[in-house]
Parts: sequence; structure tokens; C-alpha cells
Amino acid sequence: MTNTTPDVHYLNCEKGFKSWFWTLDHKRLGLMYMWSVIAAFILGGIFALLVRMELMQPNMGIEENAALYGWSKELGPANLYNHFFTLHGAIMVFLVIIPGIPAALGNFALPMMLGAKDVAYPKLNRFSYHLWLSGAIFFVLALVTKGLDTGWTFYAPYSLTTDTAVVFATTGAFILGFSSIFTGLNMLVTIHKLRPEGMTWFKMPLFLWAIYATAIIQILATPVIGIALLMLTIERVLGVGIFDPTLGGDPVLFEHIFWFYSHPAVYVMVLPAMGVVSELLANFSRKPIFGYRSIAFSSVAIAIFSFIVWGHHMFVSGQSDLVNVVFSALTFSVAVPSAIKVFNWIATLYKGSISLDTPMWYALSVIWLFGIGGLTGLWLGTLGTDIHLHDTYFVVAHFHFVMVGSAIFAFIGGVFYWWPKMYGVMYNETIAKTGTAIAFIGFNLTFLPQFIAGSKGMPRRYFDYAEEFASYNYWSSIGAMTLGVGLSIALYALLKSLMGQRKAAPANPWGAVTLDWQCTSPPPPHNFDHAPPVDGPYDHELVRWNNDLQGYEPVDPVDGDPNLARMGSAKLA
Amino acid sequence: MTTASADAPGHDDDHGHGHDHPKHLAHHFDTLEQQFDSSKLGMWAFLLTEVLFFSGLFVAYATLRANNPEVFSYASSFLDTKWGAINTVVLLISSFTAAMSVRNAQLGETSKLKRNLIITLICAGGFMGIKYVEYSHKWHAGLLPPGLENSMFNPETPWVPEAGHHDADYLNLQRDTMDMAPAERVHFMTTLGRFFGVYFFLTGLHGVHVLIGMGVISWLILRTSRGEFGPDNFTAVDLVALYWHLVDLVWIFLFPLLYLIA
Repeated sequence: MTNTTPDVHYLNCEKGFKSWFWTLDHKRLGLMYMWSVIAAFILGGIFALLVRMELMQPNMGIEENAALYGWSKELGPANLYNHFFTLHGAIMVFLVIIPGIPAALGNFALPMMLGAKDVAYPKLNRFSYHLWLSGAIFFVLALVTKGLDTGWTFYAPYSLTTDTAVVFATTGAFILGFSSIFTGLNMLVTIHKLRPEGMTWFKMPLFLWAIYATAIIQILATPVIGIALLMLTIERVLGVGIFDPTLGGDPVLFEHIFWFYSHPAVYVMVLPAMGVVSELLANFSRKPIFGYRSIAFSSVAIAIFSFIVWGHHMFVSGQSDLVNVVFSALTFSVAVPSAIKVFNWIATLYKGSISLDTPMWYALSVIWLFGIGGLTGLWLGTLGTDIHLHDTYFVVAHFHFVMVGSAIFAFIGGVFYWWPKMYGVMYNETIAKTGTAIAFIGFNLTFLPQFIAGSKGMPRRYFDYAEEFASYNYWSSIGAMTLGVGLSIALYALLKSLMGQRKAAPANPWGAVTLDWQCTSPPPPHNFDHAPPVDGPYDHELVRWNNDLQGYEPVDPVDGDPNLARMGSAKLA
Repeated sequence: MTTASADAPGHDDDHGHGHDHPKHLAHHFDTLEQQFDSSKLGMWAFLLTEVLFFSGLFVAYATLRANNPEVFSYASSFLDTKWGAINTVVLLISSFTAAMSVRNAQLGETSKLKRNLIITLICAGGFMGIKYVEYSHKWHAGLLPPGLENSMFNPETPWVPEAGHHDADYLNLQRDTMDMAPAERVHFMTTLGRFFGVYFFLTGLHGVHVLIGMGVISWLILRTSRGEFGPDNFTAVDLVALYWHLVDLVWIFLFPLLYLIA
């Protein structure tokens, strides 16, 4: 382990566009995923800001707003608002959050955490990324041709009759689904078959458990949305009569099949985020994570429960009362493993030696944001309150706390955590933390007022609203812009670290003991010659700070306490 | 998935494997056994994905049939059980030869391997040929999804076949629905059309899988001709055979659900 950046590493071992586009290296693919996801996030974010600008004041048609904000007059009729929120949702879900952590950070970190040279199927991995690109192209086609105004859920029968580019969008989502399946399949097999000697299931870092649970959902649930979207496309093109009520089809059937995937998909988004948070909290508290096994099992439990709760999206879609009651009761079961995680995280902080580096700020933010997002979910799972809150801004605020507040914040936290490993540079902590703080404040300002507006009955997906909701929407829009500023500063902190005077990163800046920090920063092309010896993933006594390195180094069992390594192993065995 | 074992890029450059690196071992695996197990596990996981992929359509079938059980069983009588049964036998034979080719590859019996793969491919082609005969009849007779223009179930402009030309099914339908009230008859016809919508969707998706299977089997035959398979390298044959068994299995469910409910 050295402080100096190695001469040959995975970033500079080959050069040129082709060496990246056709690479089989999981680290390069991880980076390309990361930048692609960030680009899609910016695009989706622009649509979010357009939505918030339209909603900033009541009684404003798109035309009035066009005059006020200086938008082009050609933007068209108020119907355009439907395109804004649809494209925002579809891009954020399919192109950003679902691939965000598993494909970008998972690809980069997972094989190294296993001490492996690559994922089990490098070619399939590259194929997944190329599928992602193709899916993204179809989304762009939808965007530049006729747009999309169905909402990201593509509900029939409207999606069968609208003249917008539904087929492009469903084709894109179908392809992205297979990208996600192949990533999950790759991760699952890699975890099963490429664990190094000595790494039992219960010595895996919790991030791997989370990715494993995610992979189960990706493999079992994603094909179902694939077929749902294929059925919708065929229905639209050929008129089969499955969903189209004019041909005797059943539109609620689409909702069932759609949510059979799309509810588990929520956990494709949030489970890996929980994995990242578990890593960050343990390492920045310099304490073994509290309740390792219960966190590991709760990931798997969430994955299993996620398959039996989809009906709670359809409480007002004409399900029978009995089905509603059963789904409502089952929905609460998800709260148990989620709460287990949060309690264990907080217990990990207790008496920890906490260092507040940027990734830790994100991890702590997630505990707060996921707490709110998770608990408000209970009100939506409760049948009586959901009838009132269904399709209001309460729902919008709830799922943004989970999907953005938890998944995106954990993703960004993970990017800041692995950034030194990715590029071998340290970023400016002050700028990064400023961005985090502004984003955190902006996020809460955006979505907390929406809970109130929603509980007072403001419906979602409308381009205008009654006067009484004006102040909530005003502050929400201010919050959205603040969030945008905060995230831009975070991105600036990352980009700045690559330009001008670079501050070289040590191999192990955070004092983590998982294997990914045992190779150089950036890692050599094949990570490790041989898998390093495995100890418990959170035995922080095994490393100590070295001021010369400006990073951590392993405690030598000879001049340190010779029992330490063994004790560390015994603790989790 | 099937290419996992195909070739090992960069096994010339030394990155710590020592000297006796087996030819078919990719650089990130330690042993051939680990590599084989990984491929096998991945294929099983992929087959699980495939099962769930088809499941959405089976759910649609179940829902639509449960809503109109008598119409579905009546509609089933328009399918030709003889062709369906022959196709089932054809696929079962092809599954057998696919299984045999795995054994041939493991034992290094290249010429038998090639023969069995070719028989599998021919069976798959025969299956598609019979499907073509069936589809083409339904196309001319107007037994099509209700949204199509030349479907006799189209609720807006029902299509009528020319007299004396593929019109037997139409005349039977006329006879059987003669006593119905007009509104009842329209409902009956649309529901009937939905059966054919589901029929074409299920068998069409299955047919696409057969075509993909024919593609990968051809690829195996090509590689067999190059003498690539043997006791130390049969993963690709094994994985394709697994896939082919699944394609067969889906048909084993489709045949009774569509043809035998009359």
C-alpha cells in the first residue's frame, strides 16, 4: 500500500474512445455508468425544475409562465406540463435511480470488495451498459419526436390512445429493463462464485448483501415489467384485446402486472442505497456495524416482502375490499426490516468515533430523509388514510423522500466515498460539504410543504391549483432551486478535484477495512494479483492512521498486537 | 451468458496466474470448475427471468379465460390439435437431442455432437414450419386479434372471408351464433377475438424464442465444425441446451392451455 499514484492504472492503461467503449473492465464500465447516470440526472432535473416553475404560482397557464420566465412561446399548450412531469419521472426512474447504485457503484466497487479481478461475466457487463445506452437513445427519441404525456406509469387505457411517443418510451424502458436484469444477474453470480477464500457470507461487507438482495429483485421482477410493456406496445400496435377496454380488455390488469414489478423496483432503488449507508456509517464511526446479521437478513427480507405488496398502489382502482385489506396488512410487513436497519444504523453511531467527512454527511442525511420517507409510507399503506391521500402531493412527497432523499443522496454519498479510489484524487471537503448542506436544506424545503399541501387535498399531476395551496408551492419551488444549487456545488467539488493542482489520494483515505481499499488509488487494471487475506469487514483496529501517507495503513501483526487480526476474524465468525 | 467461456482475453499477459493457465479459462477465474459453475448459475438465473417474463402473459391468459371460460373453450376448437400435437412431439425430440449433444460434448464425440445439434436445429425449423402453416390458415380465415383490419372479430368493421376461400371457420361461427341477440353476438365475437389475441401473443413470443434458439444452435454447430468443444470446454453447449429445454417447457404448457381446453 503506497501513497503515490501508480504509474499504470486502469484509467491510463489504454487510451482512446474505443478503449473505453469496448472495455471489459468493471471499473471503467462503472465510471461510464456513473457519468451517464449523472447526465441523465441533469436532464431529469431540468424537467423537475420546469415542473416546479410552472407550479410556483397558481392560476398560471404555461403561456403566462412562458412570458414570466422568458421561455420560448413555441412551448405550446398547457398539456406540455404533462410532458414535463412524465419525462421527469420516466428519466429519473428508468435511467437514473434504478441503474444508479447497482450498475455504477456496484460495478466499480463490488468486484474489488471481493478481492476479484472482475465480475463473473465481463462481456455481459459491457452488453448491459450498451443496452443502457440504447434504452437512453429511445428515451431521447421519444423526447424529440412527440414527447410523452402518460406519466411514467404508462397506465392503460390512456397510453393506448394518446398520440405521443409511447412506443419509443416503452421500447426504451423494455431495453433498460434487460440492462438491469443482466447487471443483477452478473452481481448475483459474482457474489456467489467469486468470493475469495475466507470470505464467508457473514464476512461480506453489507454493501454486497444489499446488492445481492437487489439482484434477486432485478432477476425476478424486472422481466415482469418487460412483458407488461411489451404487451402494452403490442396492444397499441396490433390491438390484442388484453388491456384495451374497447376490445374487451382489462386496464386494471395492466396496473397489476406493472406494479408487480414497479413496487419491487422501489427496493431496487433503495436497497443498494441502504447498503452504501451501512458502509459509510460503520467506517466513519470507526466501529463495527451494530447488528450485522440483522441488517444483512433485513435486506433479503425486504426483497422477499417487496413481491407481495404491489396491490397497495391500487386501493382506489376497484380492487375488492378483501384484497385491499390483505395488501394493506402485508404492506406493513416491509416496515419491520426497514426499521431494523434504521435502528441498527443509529446504534452504530452510538459511542462511535465519528468523523464528519462528506460521505458521512450524506449518510446522516439519508437516516433523516429515509426516516421521514419510510414513516409517511405507513399512512399510505393504511387503507383509510390512503383513500384520502391517494394521488395527492402527500404521495409525491413520500416517494421523493425515499427515491431522492434516500436513493440519490446515498448514491452521491457513495460517489464521494469511492471518488478517491476512482480517480486517485481528494476533493475539497469545504466545497463538498457546502453543497451537501445546501442540497439537504433545499430537499427538505421542497418536499416537506408538499406533505401539507397533499394532506389538504392538492392532487398530483395537475398543472394548476387552488389559491389556498399557493404558499406551499411557492416554498417548494424555492426549495427545488436550492436543491439544484446544492447539487451543482457537489458536482463542482468533484470536477474541481480533477482539474488544476490535484491532491493525490492515499490508498485508504477513510480507514475502511473492506478489500476495495487495499489496492492503490486508482486501482491497477486487474485490481489484485491474488485476493488479499480476508478479515471482518468492519474491524477498524486492523488499520491505523499514518500521517506521512495522509491515509490509513494496515496494522502490522508483528509490531502491533499480534492477536488483533485473529480477534477481528473471531468477532464476526 | 453463453459467451462466458468463449475465449479468454489477454491470457498472454502475466497478471499473477503463474504459468499453466488453461486455454479456456478467463483471466478473472481461478479454476475451470469455478468458471463452469458461474456460467451454470448465471444461466439458471436467466431461465428464472425467462419464466417470469412469460408469467405476465400467462396471468393475462388466466384473467381473460376466467372472465369468459365458455368462450375460451369454444375458441379453442378453432385450433388444430393435430398440428399442435405434432409440434409437441417435434420439440420433445429436439430436447432429447439437445440433451444428448451435451453428453457428446462432454465425451468429446465431435461428429455425434454435430449430428445431434443438426437434428435439434431441424426439429426447431420444423416446429416453425408447422407454426407457419397454422398462422397462415388463421390469417386467411380472419381468426386474428380484434384490433386488426382483416380480423373477423374487429368490433368496428368485422372482416368477412371470400365465399369458398378459407371460409369454413366463418360459416361455423355464423351457424353457432345464429340464435344470439345482436348485442350478445357482438360481445361473444369480441371475446372470441381476445382468445386469438392471446393465442398469437403467446405462441408468437414463444416462436421468437425458438428463432433465437435456432440462432444459438447454429452458432454451436459452427463452433463444433471448428472443433472447439471437448471434455474441457462444453459450457456453451450445456447452457444452450438448458435454454432449449425451457423453450420446450413453455410449449408443453402452451399446448394444453390453448389447444386442449375445448
